[in-house]
Amino acid sequence: MSQSDTNKVVISGVGVISALGVGIDPLWEAMLEGRTGLKRIERFDPSGFSSQVAGELAEEDFKVRKIVPKSHRKATKVMCRDTELAVGAAAQAVENAGIATAGTSDDPPTIDPNRIGCHIGAGLISAEVNELGAALVTSKKDDGSFDLAHWGSEGMQNLSPLWLLKYLPNMLACHVTIVHDCRGPSNTITCCEASSGLSIAESRRVIQRGDADACLSGGAEDRVNPLALYRQHCTNRLAETDGSGDITTVVRPFADDANGTVIGEGGGILLVESETSCQQRAGTPWCSIEGMGCRQSFVDTPLDGDPSAIESAIKKAMHEAQCAPSDIDLIVPLGSGIPELDSGERIGLTAIFGESLENIPTITTIPYTGNCMAGNGAICVGVAAKAIKEQTIPARLGSEVTNGVCAEKSNAKQTSINRVLVVTPSEGGQCVAIILGRIDS
Amino acid sequence: MTRVVVTGMGWITPLGNDLNSVWKRMCNGESAIATIDRFDASSFPTKFAGQVRDFDWKQYVQDAAIHHEPAMNSQFALGAAKQAWEQSGLGSFEELDPERAGIYLGAGEGVLDFSAHSMIDTHSWDVEDGKVDAVAWAKFATEQLDEWGEVEQEPNMPLWHLAREYNLRGPAFNCLTACAASTQAIGEATSVLLHGDADVMLAGGTHTMLHALGITGFNRLTALSTFEGDPKKASKPFSRDRGGFVMGEGSGMLVLETLEHALARGATPLAEIVGFGSSADAYRITDLHPEGRGPSAAMNNALSQAGIDAKTPTEHPPVQYISAHGTSTQENDSIETMAIKLAFGANAPNVPISSIKSMMGHLIAAAGSVELITCIMSIQTNMLVPTINLDNPDPSLDLDYIPNTAREADVDCCLSNSFGFGGQNNTLVVKRFEV
Repeated sequence: MSQSDTNKVVISGVGVISALGVGIDPLWEAMLEGRTGLKRIERFDPSGFSSQVAGELAEEDFKVRKIVPKSHRKATKVMCRDTELAVGAAAQAVENAGIATAGTSDDPPTIDPNRIGCHIGAGLISAEVNELGAALVTSKKDDGSFDLAHWGSEGMQNLSPLWLLKYLPNMLACHVTIVHDCRGPSNTITCCEASSGLSIAESRRVIQRGDADACLSGGAEDRVNPLALYRQHCTNRLAETDGSGDITTVVRPFADDANGTVIGEGGGILLVESETSCQQRAGTPWCSIEGMGCRQSFVDTPLDGDPSAIESAIKKAMHEAQCAPSDIDLIVPLGSGIPELDSGERIGLTAIFGESLENIPTITTIPYTGNCMAGNGAICVGVAAKAIKEQTIPARLGSEVTNGVCAEKSNAKQTSINRVLVVTPSEGGQCVAIILGRIDS
Repeated sequence: MTRVVVTGMGWITPLGNDLNSVWKRMCNGESAIATIDRFDASSFPTKFAGQVRDFDWKQYVQDAAIHHEPAMNSQFALGAAKQAWEQSGLGSFEELDPERAGIYLGAGEGVLDFSAHSMIDTHSWDVEDGKVDAVAWAKFATEQLDEWGEVEQEPNMPLWHLAREYNLRGPAFNCLTACAASTQAIGEATSVLLHGDADVMLAGGTHTMLHALGITGFNRLTALSTFEGDPKKASKPFSRDRGGFVMGEGSGMLVLETLEHALARGATPLAEIVGFGSSADAYRITDLHPEGRGPSAAMNNALSQAGIDAKTPTEHPPVQYISAHGTSTQENDSIETMAIKLAFGANAPNVPISSIKSMMGHLIAAAGSVELITCIMSIQTNMLVPTINLDNPDPSLDLDYIPNTAREADVDCCLSNSFGFGGQNNTLVVKRFEV
């Protein structure tokens, strides 16, 4: 066994799906205008929760059945929302990269199916309470208690035979591999917000070690359902809001008065490709992946940010990218508006950039899309790649004063962007840093 | 060239909670399958499983208070990791750089509180609307669910517990590719080391789906055995009358190191990881590819990475044991047999194969890690453990499945297969360590 890092790896296709629409362009346009996708939850009545706002994609704006090949339409019945989002984002990435795959074209595949991998980060997929509840209620006794004996003998028959398969986290990657005939290495990383970044990092390594020429890579998650929302409520990380007032200020990354984050649904899938493969097929790379680092936190709770882990992950990424802090033109942190996590990010970033941190533009996506958890990092990488491509910093929402981090409310502006740092600490303590570079820099 | 060796191993399994006693029981062909007593499964189609017993996680940590209340998957992980860490000798190695020591797990989710969830869903059910009243649901959830218990549901929580226990601050990943997860974790952890991103990786898996909703899900899929009779006879890989897998639970953990790091601190390599292959079937969510495309690709990739020519006919095949995925489902055991023939060609009949799932059930995400440890124990002891309950062989499956009785053999190189629902396949090749 041997490993090499001589293969340069690029991002050659970007697919994003979020509350602001399907594709990177609707999100980007909204970010140029400073228009949030957050709103009071409509999918269910959120009145019983203290946090009632989310980044929710209207169901009429995205129908997964319309984008899968005919042969896979029946399988959409066993897709949970997370899988639908991943399949939607992957379709965007493939289209954007201009490659033909089994699911998108009758032409021969652009890349050998055995040489395309698939690494898609996923979350703890929460069972749909209406689906499970409809079956469970058949085993309710007259006195209101639940009859486990009845459930075992009869009640469970009311659950669809394939119910379990809908909620396995690896189903995101499995459906995508089937639709696009990706037969190479495939993985499902489940590290909360760090899932996407770690998946992209692993795709890069898989390509570097020669096991694939390209990978569909990223993550997706849907937190807009009662159980998933409740599970975030348990972390005490959510902003208390009923959705009234100025919704653009609900999430205030790095602000003194930040009071939490809000949930979202969405994600991103990128075509991560060896530069050689991209050149051979005359593809157009958006940017290169120059370095990455990942670390585990060592703080007392899995819910806080660990500044030393964040600092160390960034240092490792910079070492790989052979760049200095002064080479970074833009930072895309998690910027969740969770005070403990923001504080960890601020201290970790300050350890790297010192006082110059307040002059390096920083953009955050959660005020636009909500925290899409396993999908969030890939949205950040997609936005970072777009910023490099357009040489533009999008508008920032949320915070008036951000204490040493250049993340206060501002309009979009054009500027020179050669390198972007994307850093994502997660619930559970994993942290990943990725440095993207302009191809001609 | 960087090489990766195993310097520590540990497991928590239905057959026991330490390396040697479990190994002895496997060599004796014992079964751990028994009636489920963690919940009342007496009305369920499946009433038996391989259940971890006599295990107290607090005996395996230095200070239980720093872990709050770990879910059962994290408890198993802590138990297996302590054995592996102790065997590696890293506990007394003061020069270990925490940022050069990482974790890669294939861990499943925490245990769902089915009793509370069923109460919440049914009490908030709105009969007229035919759906849950979300406001009532939120109220009942707040009253009934344990908040920390829900946090512990996240599959990356075992990473946090292990990092806390052993001060590991390097690269940290958790993957959940269903039944292939921990084999994938060990393979990718090896890659992390080979690439120079760490010196030490704690790698393995941990999982339990032995709860009412887990059994429900697999019963509805008709993947679980509903055998009527002695539960010890229920798991029967490669038998004509095999009727589905038997649920197990547990954890397997390995300490992986670069050879350079291990030798520099005077550690004893137990074996060397020489090959890892990963593939996707890209076929169907519910079925394996009928020609064994994905599993054979994973094996071919792993053998190729190991520099092993498995197909050229020889009296002494270069692989002396295959730990099969061997779930005891009709489909898996047939397709896996076909895929082994594709990977090994004319040598296939001469390579002994067994499935330890016949004795301890299917540990789902943790299965691969326990099976790789089995391979290394085979190398260390020159013993091959059997596939038990193979009294009625399937005539269409014509390889050597080591039926019912362990055997002595010269074992230097083993291959371990894990295939996940949905078509993610992973294979590892491990060899006797030689300087």
